[in-house]
Amino acid sequence: MGNIIEINDLHFRYEPTGEEEAPPEVLKGIDLSIKEGEFVAVLGHNGSGKSTLAKHLNAILLPTTGSVIVDGIDTADEEKLFELRQRAGMVFQNPDNQIVSSIVEEDVAFALENLGVPYEEMRRRVDESLKAVKMYKYRLHSPAQLSGGQKQRVAIAGIIAMQPKCIILDEPTAMLDPSGRKEVMATIKRMNREQGITVVLITHYMDEAAQSDRVVVMDSGKIVMDDKPEKVFSQVDLMKKLRLDVPQVTELAWELKKAGYDISPEIISEDECVEAIIRLMSEE
Amino acid sequence: MPILETQELTYVYSPGTPFEKTAVDHVNISIEKGEIIGVMGHTGSGKSTLIQHFNGLLRPTSGKVLLNGVDIWEDKTKIRDVRFQVGLVFQYPEYQLFEETVFKDISFGPKNMGLSDEEIKRRVYDTAHDIGLSEELMERSPFDLSGGQKRRAAIAGVMAMEPEVLILDEPTAGLDPAGRDKILSHIKAYHQRTGNTTLIVSHSMEDIASFADRILVMSDSKLFCFDETVKVFSRSEEISQIGLDVPQITRVFDKLKKRGMDFGKEVYTVEYARNLLLKRLAEREAR
Repeated sequence: MGNIIEINDLHFRYEPTGEEEAPPEVLKGIDLSIKEGEFVAVLGHNGSGKSTLAKHLNAILLPTTGSVIVDGIDTADEEKLFELRQRAGMVFQNPDNQIVSSIVEEDVAFALENLGVPYEEMRRRVDESLKAVKMYKYRLHSPAQLSGGQKQRVAIAGIIAMQPKCIILDEPTAMLDPSGRKEVMATIKRMNREQGITVVLITHYMDEAAQSDRVVVMDSGKIVMDDKPEKVFSQVDLMKKLRLDVPQVTELAWELKKAGYDISPEIISEDECVEAIIRLMSEE
Repeated sequence: MPILETQELTYVYSPGTPFEKTAVDHVNISIEKGEIIGVMGHTGSGKSTLIQHFNGLLRPTSGKVLLNGVDIWEDKTKIRDVRFQVGLVFQYPEYQLFEETVFKDISFGPKNMGLSDEEIKRRVYDTAHDIGLSEELMERSPFDLSGGQKRRAAIAGVMAMEPEVLILDEPTAGLDPAGRDKILSHIKAYHQRTGNTTLIVSHSMEDIASFADRILVMSDSKLFCFDETVKVFSRSEEISQIGLDVPQITRVFDKLKKRGMDFGKEVYTVEYARNLLLKRLAEREAR
């Protein structure tokens, strides 16, 4: 399959305000290709540039130099802005900032109405999207009565209804409690697996990144790691230097390995860790 | 005598309407001076309603809140003093910064307490030091600070009142791992200097496990448990069932137990797990 996102030598700095000197670059030469259907997690501490990068994927920000091509559309092409945003939808951190209507199904239909989708088609897409995020039975509720996790799922349904090829989520679970986080992660994974939508997930949670196909790590405006989750997390020293955590099971495996035991440092799931410990304890 | 105590504390939202909901249901707890308490509960469990009773923001529908043995609602006119004795830091407190300079913002609370200029200054600088804000920042606008600095400045504003009980509602929400560790270590520094009772609401058991003496868990408006950290973790399966997150490492050791490998200990930090495993492995080799 082809690449849905192509970023070439992307540099970005905010416009200087007034007479100040030009502010420093936030993104310093990003090259990144993402394949259609991939589930990519982007990690990095606050200020590493990961949100700025995300905002380039649907033209909320435009490159200072370099280019961002999403599904064949150059994000700098103003005439194709609406088309671009239909193909690459974005979900933000705060659920309360992205709900516009007083009824769940109207909120999901909002973008479709703006796009002039015919009624029958709109009805079908709204229902399907709400079913996809398991919020169909709440379709006539007021969003104010929903939990944070449910609101985020409604926001995701609003994006799915546009039938995008790609969805970018900027820390969608940061303000949710553990059960809300689980709901949202399950929805994201299902959407990726069942509908083949490409997912770019910006997150602080290592356990979420561990569920992706590929982890991109950013630091000071550059990509410093880009590999499968188990390969990225097994570099515990480097991750700590980048002010990032690794899953607890990876850290434990790494500690045991350092102490001279034969255990793979590429453990990222609980079950792998359980098996490895059992093996270690029953070895002769 | 406990510093903070509740007796059959009950709070009902919108009583007598179709929206009537009991948010806190006959809760009895008792907290000793100097303790660090972790407060947990899923969204809607009643934990925020509960903590808003501790400084009199909410008045119990029935039951009592006692501060140093005195019912805080015994004399309604004294409720203002209760708010100086029990400081509450809300979620995302950085949205509440408003003054021209960081110094003025942090000194707002102490000033309202009617303290002398000298005492205010001491408190502002002491808390700024605990929370890791350098003196150069004191004359800056709070709006020019970084996100993490803003959060810390807002927390310092409550700490500077030196309340006997400090309550922080999810002080690390939305921060990256490094920012999270930083805030927690600064809160610990404040606790060490003042010895004041501290309550921290958090969704992260991993955070709480690393510093709380005791953990209070709310579920469905009721007190689910209030016990030493290690004992709470020994009920990790029930804790998962009520929608809370158990540290990954604890889940691994639960699974090992099910597979017949019982280490006989509650494991909730990586360090502890590492030491435990290394010890067992060494014992095996010695045999």
